[in-house]
Amino acid sequence: MRFAARMNFLRSFLEREEPKMSAEEKSMSIIVTKGSLDWAYPPFILATTAAAMGLPVTMFFTFYGLPLLLKDLNLQLTAAGNPAMKMPMMGAHMGLPNLLTAIPGVDAACTKMMKNLMSKKGVASIEDLRELAVEAEVRLIACQMTMDLFEYTLDDMIEGPELGGAATYIEVATQSDINLFI
Amino acid sequence: MADHTLDAKGLNCPLPILKARKALKDVPAEGILEILATDPGSVADFEAFCRQTGHELVEHSEEGGTYRFLIKKAAA
Repeated sequence: MRFAARMNFLRSFLEREEPKMSAEEKSMSIIVTKGSLDWAYPPFILATTAAAMGLPVTMFFTFYGLPLLLKDLNLQLTAAGNPAMKMPMMGAHMGLPNLLTAIPGVDAACTKMMKNLMSKKGVASIEDLRELAVEAEVRLIACQMTMDLFEYTLDDMIEGPELGGAATYIEVATQSDINLFI
Repeated sequence: MADHTLDAKGLNCPLPILKARKALKDVPAEGILEILATDPGSVADFEAFCRQTGHELVEHSEEGGTYRFLIKKAAA
């Protein structure tokens, strides 16, 4: 009897599910904190590419990164405080002095120019990359605290994100080989 | 020769890789996927993609600004 019980214990031990991640399988997490058109690219490019290379990927959307999960995206960028933003124009690279960036309509014009440039150069839209991320089963976590702070609900968001907080992210991070903050 | 051809010309990073990953799903194990791209960064990227995923970059060449890659899908 005792022997049988012991065998059962051993059997259950041996039949335990293997840990999900194998030794060679790397994984990645990204904290997404910025939601302007230009800053939305790095996290979505890296997440989709890592997923395509077989890595399980988690994205944690917090503060201004959270609106990147909204159903309707209308991403903007601003030239203010961004001296590195120089666009190719008439064979040269032109930036805007900070003073001019405060004129109404300038941000909208810059955004339009950037979006035109991107589609001309075959750069994917954030909407497309986000869809590819969802398709590739990238795990999307919406920061609960930011949801409360900015008064969003999951109904405002695309389908797919789950809610979580700092502890949820830390747990993911402890299991990930690559952890990025963008 | 190739089981599938993916035309990724005109697409910029990371789209050629993302589309290749999708296209590989329709290629049988050890089948060949041919990819055409114009993104010069795709050369280094497909090399890294293959090292990481276990698919084999059988050959790559360039002609008139178009890069051609042959990727052999890993055995299942």
